[in-house]
Amino acid sequence: MQLDLSFYTWDLVEKFILKGLLFSIQLTIIATLGGIIFGTILALMRLSNQKILTTIATWYVNVMRSIPLVMVILWFFLLMPSIIGRSIGAELSAYITFIAFEAAFFSEIIRAGINSVPQGQNLAANALGMNYQQKMSLIILPQAFRNMILVLMTQTIILFQDTSLVYAIGAYDLLKGFEVAGKNYGRPIESYLLAAIVYFVICFTLSSIVKKLQQKIAIIR
Amino acid sequence: MSLDFQIFCKSTYEETYSPRCFGEFFQFGQVAGDPTYLDWLLKAWAWTIAVSALALLIALVVGITIGTLRTLPKDSFFNKVLIFFSNAWVELFRNIPVLVQVFLWYHVIPMLIPALKTVPSFLLVSIALGFFTSARIAEQMKAGIFSLPKGQLLAAKSLGMTNLKIYRYVLLPMAMRIIIPPLTSECMNIVKNSAVAFAVSVSELTLFAMQTQEETSKGIEMYLGVTALYIVTAFSVNRVMAVIERKTRIPGFLAPASTGAH
Repeated sequence: MQLDLSFYTWDLVEKFILKGLLFSIQLTIIATLGGIIFGTILALMRLSNQKILTTIATWYVNVMRSIPLVMVILWFFLLMPSIIGRSIGAELSAYITFIAFEAAFFSEIIRAGINSVPQGQNLAANALGMNYQQKMSLIILPQAFRNMILVLMTQTIILFQDTSLVYAIGAYDLLKGFEVAGKNYGRPIESYLLAAIVYFVICFTLSSIVKKLQQKIAIIR
Repeated sequence: MSLDFQIFCKSTYEETYSPRCFGEFFQFGQVAGDPTYLDWLLKAWAWTIAVSALALLIALVVGITIGTLRTLPKDSFFNKVLIFFSNAWVELFRNIPVLVQVFLWYHVIPMLIPALKTVPSFLLVSIALGFFTSARIAEQMKAGIFSLPKGQLLAAKSLGMTNLKIYRYVLLPMAMRIIIPPLTSECMNIVKNSAVAFAVSVSELTLFAMQTQEETSKGIEMYLGVTALYIVTAFSVNRVMAVIERKTRIPGFLAPASTGAH
């Protein structure tokens, strides 16, 4: 078995791979931002005094966390057309799915982050006469996010790996790019191997950066 | 929109419905008919469980071994090689998406190692999933061993135990108990991650959902059935692990997980 990577020219990379890489990165960034925003809302709902809000948020998070991501992707792809009334592409469906799915995971991280802020901060804010919105946006959340920034980054790396699962609905991501290139040139083996290397390099670099940051932050504290 | 769960009683070959909803299974002394969608669903569930169970076995054996190797004392060249190898193992299998790893095992590795060409795909998926999860279990194992009080190790050393005995009788029994809670979520993750087997045509639940959705155009009913089975499986795993945790607890040593920090 002879491996031959010579067919990977810049022309091919430009035509097949970059498009997929761009989508994977876009999906990661949008799902992270959307996930953090909706995750914060979910976390605040779970920590609120309103029983109904707590119940809804708890159910949402538990259901999302007990279904495989692939099934969630398929569910949204199946249901989106009947909700919106017209069929949307696999790419748009992937954005919505990932935001909805990751929000459940981010909300658990954010909830732990909020809980890690000492209770005294909460009481002090109350004593100063702050209302809920002031207390959260000025006192609790800034400290909570500082505590959980590393976990959030680790989750983002996992999220980047998970984007490969949009394969199930045929969206054109990084993995799909390599697969199409491999099929077009009749060399799928080299293509899959190269895909693994590219994913590894990206994720390994990112997690090394997170590890470095961890040491830095540990010294400051 | 109304749901039509009768579809599960329909034959997968013809437009007929089985009165018992089972064609192949549970005959109760009657003549076997065409397999129904319910038969197919249960078969798919069995595949999901088979892949998950095999992957879990591989993940536990490899993960606990690799995780333990990472905590070895750096006092000899041989140990340093083992530590480097086990760290490299974790980084390698943690930083490649599970779906890509499944493709590697299915498409690439049989080409490089011809002996694997005859291995059925469900076995390859289980290996891929097992190794992927082993990296995560190894990480927890290492954390579990390092979380033990230093005195345990020192006391064992001062009793003149060899490295092997220290791990066998002192460190591992405690560390294994400590990592049961994170291990529980890894076990549930394996069931969920087994869904990627659809990509290499193992006829498990997710592939069942995709195929029957096209075949019957009753996607919502099929997806509901599949989702329910995933939840049931993951929840059962959770309960089994809870029982194991309770049975193995040493009174007075470790606090129950439910009173953990928060």
